[in-house]
Amino acid sequence: MSGAETISWTPVRKAPSPLARLFDSKPFLIAICLLPAFGLLAVFLTYPLGLGIYLSFTDTKLGRPGVWVGLENFQYLLEDRVFLNAVWFTVFYTAVATVLKFALGLWLALLLNENLPIKSLIRAVILLPWITPTVLSAIAFWWIYDPQFSIVSYVLVDKLHILSSYIDFLGTPWHARWSLIVANVWRGIPFVAISLLAGLQTISPSLYEAAMLDGASSWQRFRKVTVPLLMPILAVVLTFSVLFTFADFQLVYAITRGGPINSTHLMATLAFQRGIPGAALGEGAAIAVSMIPFLILATLFSYFAIGQRKWQQGGSDE
Amino acid sequence: MSDAVRDQLSEAEGPQTMAWDSKARRLITIYLPLACFLLILLFPFYWMTITAFKPNSELLDYKNNNPFWVSSPTLDNIRKLLFDTQYPRWLVTTMGVAFGATFISLFSSVLAAYAIQRLRFKGSKWVGLGIYLAYLVPPSILFIPLASVVYSMGLFDSPWALVLTYPTFLIPFCTWLLIGYFKSIPYELEECALIDGASRLQILRRITLPLAVPGLISAGIFAFTLSWNEFIYALAFISSSEKKTVPVAILTELVQGDVYQWGSLMAGALLGSLPVAIFYSFFVEYYVSSLTGAVKE
Repeated sequence: MSGAETISWTPVRKAPSPLARLFDSKPFLIAICLLPAFGLLAVFLTYPLGLGIYLSFTDTKLGRPGVWVGLENFQYLLEDRVFLNAVWFTVFYTAVATVLKFALGLWLALLLNENLPIKSLIRAVILLPWITPTVLSAIAFWWIYDPQFSIVSYVLVDKLHILSSYIDFLGTPWHARWSLIVANVWRGIPFVAISLLAGLQTISPSLYEAAMLDGASSWQRFRKVTVPLLMPILAVVLTFSVLFTFADFQLVYAITRGGPINSTHLMATLAFQRGIPGAALGEGAAIAVSMIPFLILATLFSYFAIGQRKWQQGGSDE
Repeated sequence: MSDAVRDQLSEAEGPQTMAWDSKARRLITIYLPLACFLLILLFPFYWMTITAFKPNSELLDYKNNNPFWVSSPTLDNIRKLLFDTQYPRWLVTTMGVAFGATFISLFSSVLAAYAIQRLRFKGSKWVGLGIYLAYLVPPSILFIPLASVVYSMGLFDSPWALVLTYPTFLIPFCTWLLIGYFKSIPYELEECALIDGASRLQILRRITLPLAVPGLISAGIFAFTLSWNEFIYALAFISSSEKKTVPVAILTELVQGDVYQWGSLMAGALLGSLPVAIFYSFFVEYYVSSLTGAVKE
């Protein structure tokens, strides 16, 4: 860094005040600049993360400090069918929803990458499901899934005559599970599509021309040009998508609240139900903490399996 | 790759591609699926809107009315929401929380991003990576211990709890975005200013920040939207009805009993989404750039 030397070289410079000098000293400036962000993150992110892990080993209740109970919470949870079911459903929900989101999102991104009229308007409209509050669109889905007045059932039964009776979307476990997955995919497609579209637009058309000259079919062009060049961005989007689907809370809380008969609880909703209204903070924290290994695993997987490490770290690495 | 260049390219290669890229084929492989996507992605909004304007008689009677249209629209549901509930208060609370959280996050993020990207120090890349990792911690594993932190600070059931906790997911995002923007500003500009005798803070205020305005807008509107949409913290930390934020209040205050008032629920969902949607319509390009920017960086 040559900045400081350059200044001392300037001949007609009046001596700066001590305060100004203090603000020009790099270590001080770095500390001051990082202080607000790190202060907030330390108090409201790092500390709670540690506290959560500690709480999961205690029997704390809301408003009452608990005592250390070791692994008791986890032992109890391992025999709790509701919890085991929630773990299974969270994994299933994440896997199915992610696959569908990426298949449909990639398809939509490819469609948007064509020369279309009013392209920017279409792109703007497509992002709507993603920017509106999730709970509110979940309420709209709840109404669409109404057992008596579902518009989907109405179309299928009364208009198209495909089915003979109305679908009970949220009444039976499997119907409810698939209904939630559909709502999650609906909400997730725009994010995937728009991010992948950004990736597609960075691929130079000359590569496609070269492939075409060599006689590559459109499938081959997709497989050998588009997919490899899209991989880095795909890995990042996949990481985010998996993490946030796994930790999803709002959709399930708004549409089913875990029912019918606890069949659609995600780990996050179960942790909330036990921890806040149920006031068993320790047990809720234990459920939340059991999500951490899955989250780390998912991050590592998409990071190492698909991600190109060097490219991904470009942001901090230069 | 700009669209104009692509257009030229596809025109130039027109004669060869015409054979297989015919109009009919394009219609089936591109426009038809695209129309289906648009229909499915937008239908819930249409359904929300149309339900909000339906009188109860039409709402629950599909035999005598076409459910896809509303023959005698009514403002009853919206009037009820605005005057019989505390919706205006929820709106004000949400606005206040969103602005407060956005301001705090933007302030901290600008400084942090400047330090990481411009003041380069030993380990700055590790600090950057740490911030990235902080973004990967989902709120749903933090809300239980955070509830106890908030409780012990005496902030439980106060909007300040939200203003202070939202930055935990906003700061990592904004910092990450701003690092990207700062990186695109030529380093030479700052060196020139240093030679001219500007202090570091003057450089940040007079040179770096004005050049990073698009980045600041992107980060700001994004932070605002994320705080507007936040749900789990607002649900866990706020208990009294008049201090709730819009998304939480509509779900918890309007859903009562076994008979759901779908008309007013949909009016609530519509009015709760509308501010963000209007905001969004003014800044579409910034949203897209912050979304893609965040993913790319």
